[in-house]
Amino acid sequence: MALNLFGHNEIDPPAAITAATLRSDRFRLQREVDWQRLEQIVDALERNRPGRIADDDLMELPVLYRKAASSLAVARETSLDAATLAYLESLVRRAWFQVYGPRTGLFAWLRHFLLGGWSASVRDIWLDICSALFVMVAGTAVGWILVANDREWFFSLVPGAMSGGRQPGASREELAETLQGTEGAEGLAAFAAYLFSNNTGVCIMAFALGFCFGIPTLLLLVYNMALLGAMLWLFSDAGLGIDFAGWLSVHGTTELFAILLSGAAGMHIGRSMAFPGSKSVLSAAAAAGRRSAQVMAGCTVMLVVAGILEGYARQLVPTTEGRFAIGAVMLFFWITYFAFVPRPRDHDGEARR
Amino acid sequence: MSSSVVARLNAGQQKRQRELVTPEGLALPLTIASRGSRAGALLLDLLIVFFGTIAILIVLGLMGFGLLDSDIQEEMSAPLEFLVVIVILLIFLARYGYFLFFELGPKGATPGKRMLGIRVAARDGGRLTAEAVIARNLMRDVEVFIPTFFLLSGGQAEGVMGAAAFIWLAVFVLFPVFNKDHLRAGDLVAGTWVVEAQKVKLEEALSTAPDRSEEYRFGDAELEVYGEHELQVLEGVLRQDNPEAMREVMFAICRKIGWQPGSGHEREFLEAFYAALRAHLERNMRFGVRKADKYS
Repeated sequence: MALNLFGHNEIDPPAAITAATLRSDRFRLQREVDWQRLEQIVDALERNRPGRIADDDLMELPVLYRKAASSLAVARETSLDAATLAYLESLVRRAWFQVYGPRTGLFAWLRHFLLGGWSASVRDIWLDICSALFVMVAGTAVGWILVANDREWFFSLVPGAMSGGRQPGASREELAETLQGTEGAEGLAAFAAYLFSNNTGVCIMAFALGFCFGIPTLLLLVYNMALLGAMLWLFSDAGLGIDFAGWLSVHGTTELFAILLSGAAGMHIGRSMAFPGSKSVLSAAAAAGRRSAQVMAGCTVMLVVAGILEGYARQLVPTTEGRFAIGAVMLFFWITYFAFVPRPRDHDGEARR
Repeated sequence: MSSSVVARLNAGQQKRQRELVTPEGLALPLTIASRGSRAGALLLDLLIVFFGTIAILIVLGLMGFGLLDSDIQEEMSAPLEFLVVIVILLIFLARYGYFLFFELGPKGATPGKRMLGIRVAARDGGRLTAEAVIARNLMRDVEVFIPTFFLLSGGQAEGVMGAAAFIWLAVFVLFPVFNKDHLRAGDLVAGTWVVEAQKVKLEEALSTAPDRSEEYRFGDAELEVYGEHELQVLEGVLRQDNPEAMREVMFAICRKIGWQPGSGHEREFLEAFYAALRAHLERNMRFGVRKADKYS
């Protein structure tokens, strides 16, 4: 073999074809060069170095792939050379993965995603969003009503570590204290990062639990919102309802929206599996899963924003009016984005629905 | 390895064979990855993630200790805060990003999967989309991480609720055991499956060895005794080129066909027998007669 100076391997011609006594080996030796050429291309593609492939080779990739596939079909009927068959099967499979592999890179996918893919999938699951919203509102109401009737419920709903002094019997001053901003920005980045990673975990769980026909997702939503309802009652009981709503709305409009979307995405999968329509359960679940995955990727983006708002904006903006303004702007922004960014045109002709 | 074990292995292999029809109508053979290799790959990946994270944390920790000494507690200094942010994001990425990043690459497999020669593929024969990879990896959370944390925290011991949660999580963990394609819940939701994708090197053609059909003449009756399975075993022996094994095989064949084995020419004899047997079986194959092994 020649020195590999140009990153392009020379392929040795096979041993004299006539030297082979068996017909099936002659068949193999005649086609071997093409197979190895295909293998080199596939190797380069697998290493993510398409630059190494000569233009001629790339042009011939589909032809080489089909040649190898038809060689495999013939070899299976005529040859008993196990090594060659194993090689061909592996080669055709690897080539198939490259020929039909994901053709969009991460950045192309992101662009497609942000410029319409995301909003389109959100619109696609509107029915589930409506039901998730209903469940969340109901959950909040349940939390409020339970605690309003019997204060003991507060302690069962809110874990002790989370209340941080916010509990029935606390004075108005103590409660107002928890809504204060802080002076400087120290420590807020870490807080924001923590909030992001924690909330994303909750969202992913809401999504992943949708698998069992959506019921666990419903429970998770109801529980989390009941907690919110209990808090809401606590503050409004102390006459701080408006302040608490402002404090919450800074990040809450974004964060609760993200939780709403992830819950809806989970329920979408559950609903598609329970009522697959004309498709099989498996393909309905797969289609719903892919649609929901886009929504979920978007939830991560929203939670980054929510984490930053919660970590910084809430702590640095002390006035209730200012907090409401930020929350309202964010809510308006998200709704406009989801409602009006059109579905992108597909360059690769792939059906996204 | 006894023949019954081989038979059972082959049966397992057969069960995992699938045919995938590509968009242009080619039937492509695929082998579903065995549960063992999938569990192994997952274990390898978890080890990589775990020790990788620990290693980075140790490095960061060493840097952090220096910072901690400089100012005493309470107010976080800016560099320390930056470190804390990095640690939080690192743990987040280790949990959610690692699998996503590698499965989106051209090999469609995490390092653990690569080591065991398996990869992710779309079940419908279309292309593996980014959405599918995202969906299957988000599900991983309830299938792998939450049960792990649950067991580590001893949640199953906490009364009826703990037991219920344990059963509920077991449904996810055991999901791949109860379907023939070894799908886990994430695969089901994403429309993917995990298949074998070994890289196989092309071996030398065996019949290019000097033609010895004049020295060793095998009659049809002598070639009738073996089938395709024995041919493949013989092929393996020839490719391994182990004198000891070749000797034994030659003796076995000679006993079977009633020849008197000589010594010193094991390879020549086996090559000649292999070529003759393959020619015989392939000729029959062209007439539509196949013989799987010596019993058929």
